Parts: sequence; structure tokens; C-alpha cells
Amino acid sequence: MSFLLPCPNCGPRDVNEFSYAGEVTKRPKQSPTLRELTSYVYFRENVAGIQREWWYHRLGCEVWFQAERDTRTNEVIRVEIPSASPREGIAAHGVTETPDMPAV
Amino acid sequence: MRLPPQPDERIDRTQEVVFTFRGKPVRAFRGDTFGSALFADGQRVFSRSFKYHRPRGLLCCSGSCPNCMMTVDGTPNVRVCAEPVREGADLTPQNVLGSLEHDLLAVTDKIGGPFTPVGFYYRTMIRPRRAWPLYEKFLRNAAGLGRIDPHAERSDRYDTEHRHAEVLVVGGGTAGREAAGRYAADGKHVVLVEENPYLEIDEGDFEVLRGRALGIWEGGLVPVDAGNVLYRYRTEQIVVATGAIEQPLVFPGNDLVGVMLPEAVRRLVDDWAIRPGERAVVVTVDENGREAAARLKGIGVEIGGVYDLRRERIREIVARGRKGVLRSVELDGRRIDCDLLVMSGGRQPAYSLLAQAGARVEYVPESGAFLPTEIPEGIEAVGSVAGEGLSAAIPAATYNGASGKGKCFVCVCEDVTDKDLKRAIAEGFDSLELAKRYTTVTMGPCQGRLCHVPSIRVYARENESDPGTIGTTTARPPWGPVTLGVLAGRPHEPAQRSSIHHRHKELGGRMMWTGTWRRPHSYGDVEAEVQAVHGAVGLIDVSTLGKLLVVGPEAADFLERLYPNRFGDMKAGRIRYAVLNTDAGRIMDDGTIARLSDDAYYVTTTSTGAGAVVEWFEWWNAVWGLDVQIADITGALAAVNVAGPRARELMTRLTDLDVSNEAISYLDARQGKIAGVPSLVLRIGFVGELGYELHFPSPYGEFVWDTILERGEDLGIRPFGLEPQRILRLEKMHILVGQDTDSESNLIEANMPWIVKFDKDDFVGKWALEHVRARGPREQLVGFEMEDGRVPPEGGQVVIKERRPVGRITSARWSPELRKVIGMAWVPTELARDGAEFFVTIDGGFDKAHVRLTPFFDPEGERLRS
Repeated sequence: MSFLLPCPNCGPRDVNEFSYAGEVTKRPKQSPTLRELTSYVYFRENVAGIQREWWYHRLGCEVWFQAERDTRTNEVIRVEIPSASPREGIAAHGVTETPDMPAV
Repeated sequence: MRLPPQPDERIDRTQEVVFTFRGKPVRAFRGDTFGSALFADGQRVFSRSFKYHRPRGLLCCSGSCPNCMMTVDGTPNVRVCAEPVREGADLTPQNVLGSLEHDLLAVTDKIGGPFTPVGFYYRTMIRPRRAWPLYEKFLRNAAGLGRIDPHAERSDRYDTEHRHAEVLVVGGGTAGREAAGRYAADGKHVVLVEENPYLEIDEGDFEVLRGRALGIWEGGLVPVDAGNVLYRYRTEQIVVATGAIEQPLVFPGNDLVGVMLPEAVRRLVDDWAIRPGERAVVVTVDENGREAAARLKGIGVEIGGVYDLRRERIREIVARGRKGVLRSVELDGRRIDCDLLVMSGGRQPAYSLLAQAGARVEYVPESGAFLPTEIPEGIEAVGSVAGEGLSAAIPAATYNGASGKGKCFVCVCEDVTDKDLKRAIAEGFDSLELAKRYTTVTMGPCQGRLCHVPSIRVYARENESDPGTIGTTTARPPWGPVTLGVLAGRPHEPAQRSSIHHRHKELGGRMMWTGTWRRPHSYGDVEAEVQAVHGAVGLIDVSTLGKLLVVGPEAADFLERLYPNRFGDMKAGRIRYAVLNTDAGRIMDDGTIARLSDDAYYVTTTSTGAGAVVEWFEWWNAVWGLDVQIADITGALAAVNVAGPRARELMTRLTDLDVSNEAISYLDARQGKIAGVPSLVLRIGFVGELGYELHFPSPYGEFVWDTILERGEDLGIRPFGLEPQRILRLEKMHILVGQDTDSESNLIEANMPWIVKFDKDDFVGKWALEHVRARGPREQLVGFEMEDGRVPPEGGQVVIKERRPVGRITSARWSPELRKVIGMAWVPTELARDGAEFFVTIDGGFDKAHVRLTPFFDPEGERLRS
């Protein structure tokens, strides 16, 4: 991987400057079944095509953003800093896109 | 022997350079390559071939083929024809048993039978099975190239550099120079990359970099191998001007020493003023061969004949030699004595870089070559690589080698003959991609430069089709061999040092790595350091802890969502142990959280976890958008821990703060001055004794450290390192995340269910932990003590009576205080009761251990709270 990723703050940068946190997933509603929880925690779409995913400009502005990237060509179609909804509690995240686990 | 001075010669006859070859000195001129100097010195055999150990001499003389590879100053596989001479260098031949002239392994060329055909080792050496190691040893010794000396010291330093160019031109020939000049005139920043160290390029308005472009990657990335440095060029526009490569003809004996390509003749004569032979024959399909003939004639070489295959049809060419050296050539039965045979099979554009970048490759029958088309945006092809100046159609350039006239090589790198390709076809490997994998044609050091087109031609001939229907194989980077050193570069591992680092060294601290941090393992006497903490007072540098400030009106809410325990109900000035979990319910990191005020918390993390925790915090808040600021102040603050029964006495000498147990009790946080330095005082007890963790601005690190040691001298203070700390914390069964836990561990099974507040609405990891609670724990993290004194290895197995492995040891140490070996282990729940017995494997034996569920030392925590 050597493509350039356009950071919404800093512009196109070497992909090695970023942390990658995988597909944007949906955190299930309160008290999910084991099946729902397992599929949220472990299963991914892994599409061959355009995917919405999380990136963090680790060696730059230190901001998390989402990118739409074609996983076949590494072409980045769009990037944006997600708008948050602070008034909704954590429990409401069944309807909001929330993070996956980071690559620690 | 040199010719009289040539008009464009590259050598400086006034400057002599001497190097050794097989231990004997060879004289050369500045401007020579090792190859040209050896040839001028009379050397004709340069190497022995990969499989058959046939003698090989200069063929391309341009750094493409493998024929001149030698070991130069310990570096194997150097193409000496393209390597500039260096004073005092030492050259040795490789892949030879005996000498270049008498290689004992050349017997493989004569045996024939089962040894020679392609893939023979798949078929003939499979039985008896147990003999394979013997076969393998023989094959590995017999075949191959240079060897790496496993005992060699590092001889060079390699680096990687990141560069940027608006326009990068690959290739310094006419077309490349012209393109570079054109872009430079437009005001662009242009860098031109050229492999040949001697090619003269007038720099003018652009930069010239001597090296080899290894490939074109996405994002306009072009790594350039420049010997000891790998330049990673980011470019906006790439111009590929890699030219075209002369192709050999395929006929029996085409690998004999004395068979050359026209460019070899040109370089030997024009660049180095060397006579390539005495009597030459030229067989060509294009003008290059004719030019070589004229050049040879010009220096007085006798021409035995020039055969232009475009004009006359020759059905059979056979080169004959003695001991691998060319003696004569037979053309349709007509024999001509010669010691030089110039063959020219046309030029093939060097399109590899373009194909890597995504260009398509198309066969153009009119020029008999493959040309790149559909070149991607941002890339441009100029000159011969784009098809300029190629000759007209190539007549038959391959001849059958199956008439008992000798071997007919398609690939000199891997010793693949046309017979091997025919056999591959007969066995059903009818596509070239498959044949490549089966015969290894194009997979040798030349990477297809001299064998890709010939193999396509042979395939086309055998399949009675044209090269266009055969197609090409996939071009992949690197375009040319790279040393491992260049790929590895210099390891740029950051080393983090606390501001007290130099004191540790002065005090005799043995430094060790913990993540990227350098920390003292101990100051020489682990036991004494442990005893100082238990008996008097000890001092440890804990500046490596991750330190975050979480500030804002919603800081409490933020931490409550992230952590399983509560922080909203904490009073300012109190501390709680905190364990961070993932949504899978796994333990991620641990530390302490102190509430500084209503809206400010001070969070510590493990020494290696700070970066990941900051990312994690920011990530969740990217969605939550809570009104909270997260600041990583790890580097801004130093921290030390003062611990031991006399710690309070020492503290009274350092601060005006009331440090009585009533004023600062266990898990209290206070701000005040320590030795005059504004500090945060956290009363925590990781090591199990009365202790104060002091956090203060880093620049005061040495001053505070020195003051504490000075004022504690009469109390028996000792600095202690990481190893004593690990023993002390083990006595208290305090876990180390990452040591006692792994990516599967959760709080319930790690024996800390009290941290998890299931009555909270939600927190990261809650649901997963609920499921663990519902199913019940399957294993448990427990303490254990050994009956005997042997220390089990960390990661060792826990076994029960039937010698069945059921768990694992995560920590184990000899405790000088308790006079026994203690540790922690994961065991099945049925073993998780005080006194339960299990065994530990140590050096193949079984030592008995007993489970302990409460801390080994001060189980009630009285000393901690004293």
C-alpha cells in the first residue's frame, strides 16, 4: 500500500501517516443477543468495492475521519469528519454509525 | 591490452586503479568497470551457469544478464560488467567447485539423463522418501548463485530517504534527457534517474540521480535503489524512458563464451578501448548487428561474415566451442572459424515499469515487439520504450536445438533450454504463465530482460501461432535485483528516554527496552532493591506512564461511557483504578484516574499503552461528540514513586503539604510543591507499600530525583528498577496488562468483577461482559506458589495429574521477602480455589504448585493504607 490519502485537514498524505480502523460498523441496540453482538464485534462486509472506513491522522493533525475508498483500486472517493450527535446517549448508537475496534 | 585511444572512451589512462581477482592484482583505469578491466586483462570466463555449470562470459555487458556475476568484497551476485572499479576491491568467482576454467560441477552438463530436464527434481528424487534430505543437500550445493557469509559483520549502512519531485524521468538516454529538459524549461522540478554510472548527462536545469527505479507504485511512488540509499520518490508526473533491450537469438551453443550482443561490442570498443575478439561473425535481424560489424572492422577485427536474417534465410545456426569457449559457427552446414559471434535478435521495449503501473502490453507484428498501450494518467512513455526507432518485422529468431548439436538456451539465468519449454508444452503447460512457474524461465536474475521475448517466440513457434496470441507474463516489481540491506534500510526505532535517564546510567542502571521506552532493569542488586522498599524506602522513575488530561463539562460522562466503573460519583481529590475494555469485553489497558476538579480528570495508562489509549479516546468521541478535551501530556510530566514504610517521613522533608494518613489517605490525590516544584501527589500502591506517586514538569526530573535521594539518604533510600518493581507487584497480585492478560482476557475471568458496574446504562464492553457473566467464567487468573525453589518459565504450561495441559503461567519470580517462588497463572475454574494443586513443567520435569487467591504479601492491604 502506498497510496495517498487526503486528510480533510492536511490534504493528501502518505498512507503510512495514518492509523486504519477498518469498516464503519453499526453498534447494535441495548442488550444485543450473542449473535448480534458477535456479528458486530467480529464480522465485516469485506467488500470488493467502495467501503466506508475509519482513519486517524496519527502523524499529523490527530483527527479521526471517515473515507470512502475503493478497496480494489485504493481510489479515495470522499473523506469527511463525521458529525457527532452529543445529546444522544451511548444507548442510542443503534442508529448512529459508531467505531469498530482499533488496531491496538 | 587496449586499443589506441578511442574518440569517446570513458577511461582515464593516467589514473590507475588496482583490485584483486582470485587473489591476484588486476590493473585497471579510472572509468573501467571490474568487468571491462578483467576482459582487458585477458579473462574470458566470468562465471559458471546456475544448473549446468557451463562457462559463461560477457554477453550483454550492460548489467542485464547474469553471466558476469561475482562476489565483490563479500557482496554476492554483483554484475561486474556494470560495477565501477574500486581501488583494493577483492573479487571472487561464485557457484564454482574448483576454478572458473575447471569446475568439477560441470559434470552436470555431461550427465544428461535424469538430471537435466526441467522439473527433474519433482520426478526423479521422490523415492526413497528418506533420501530426500541427501538429494536436497546435493542440489542446494550444486545449483545456485553467490553465497551470503552468515558470519559477516555489517559492512555498509543503508538508509531510506523520502523525496518529492514534480517530474521524475526514468532513463537518461536521448529521449529521457530531452523530456527532462522540456519539463525543466516549463519551470518544473525534474529529477532524472539513470542506472549507468558512466553515462554522461549534462545536468543543466534538472537533477540527475544515479540509481535504478525499482517500480511504479500507486500514488506516484517510485523507489530508487541508489546503492546504499533507497529514495522513495513521490511524484506528480512520471516519464518512462527506459529504452529497449537487445534480444539474443536462440540456437545451439548460443551461450558459449564469445557470443555477444551488439551493445557489448559497442561498450567494449567505444567506452573502454578493448578489442572484443580477433575474428568475428555477425548474425542479425536489425541494424544493430550491422553497426557492430562496422565498429569491429574499424578497429581491425577480421570479419568472417555478416548474415542479415532479413535478407537471407538461414535454416540452421550452430555455435561450436571447446571447453565452453567459442571456436566456430556453422551456418546451414558452412563452418566459419571465429572467436566472436555477435547475435542480434532485435530490440524489445523495456516496458516493465509501465506495465506495473497499469499499462496494457500489445504485440505489434510490424516491429516484432511488444509495446505498451493505454498508459495510465500521470505517466508518459518516450523514446524506444514507446516504440520509437524499432526495426521492422523480426524474421525467425529462434532455431531448433533438438538435432543433437548442443544445448540451445532460452534463459541463461536459470539454464532453461528450448527443449525444456517443449517438454513443458508436451506435459500440458500450454500457457506461458504456467510454463514460467514450471520451468522458472524469466524468473532468474535478469527478470526476463533477455529471456521473456525468446521464450514467447519459442512458444509461438511450437504452437504454430504468433507471439501476440501467446501474450506476456505479468510484470512485477522490483525491476532488477535489490540488496536486502536496501530494502531493510536503517531501523529507525524511536527510543524514548525519561528526563531522569542519565541519572539511571550514572547510578549503574542496566537499561532495557519496554516498548519504545528505555528503563532501568535494576541498579545491580535486585534483592537489595526489593528489601529497601519493604524495609525503608525506595524510589522508582515512572515517567513512562501514559498521562492524559480529560477536561470539560462532560468529562465524567465521557469516562463513564468508556470505563466499566464509575467516575461521576467520585469526589475531587480521589483516585480510582481503571481498566479499559473493548466492545468484545477484552482488557485493553489499565491505570488510575484521579478527579482533579468537577470537570477535570487525570488519567494514567500503562507505559506502552499511551498512544493507543489516546487514539481510542479520540475515536469514541469522534462519534459521541461530548464536550471534552483530551490532552496527551505524557512527555510534559515526569513521575516518580516513593514507596516504603519510611516514605511518609521522607515526604515531610520534601513538602509543606500535610502528608499524614488523615490528610492524604490511600487513593487520595493532592496538588502541592515537592522540593519546591509544583506537583500532583497520588497516593497509590502498585508495589504494595505506603507510597506516593509524584507527577511534575519533566524539566525538573533530575532535580527532584536528586533531592529525594539526598534527603532520604539517612532513611536508607535506594533507587529501584523495573525488575524489583515486578517482584513487588507480584507479591500483591497486581496484574500487568499484556503480561498477565492477553487479547482474550476479560475482567470477570481476570478476577476483577468488582470493577464492572453492570447497573450502568451502557459502557464499552458491557454487553460482552454480560454474556461472560451469564455463561460463567471458564478460566480464572490466580496466584500460585511453588513447593520447591525452581522458577517456572513465563508462558509455561499448567498441568494436572494426568499430565494434561490445562492452563498457562503468565508471571513467576523468586520473592526474597517471602522466601519462595510465586506467580500468576490462568487455570480452569475448578482449580481456582485456595490450596488447589497443579504441576508446572520446568525443563521437562513436573514441579508442584498451590493456588493462592489472596495477595501473597499483606493480604489485607494494611501496609498500603498505613
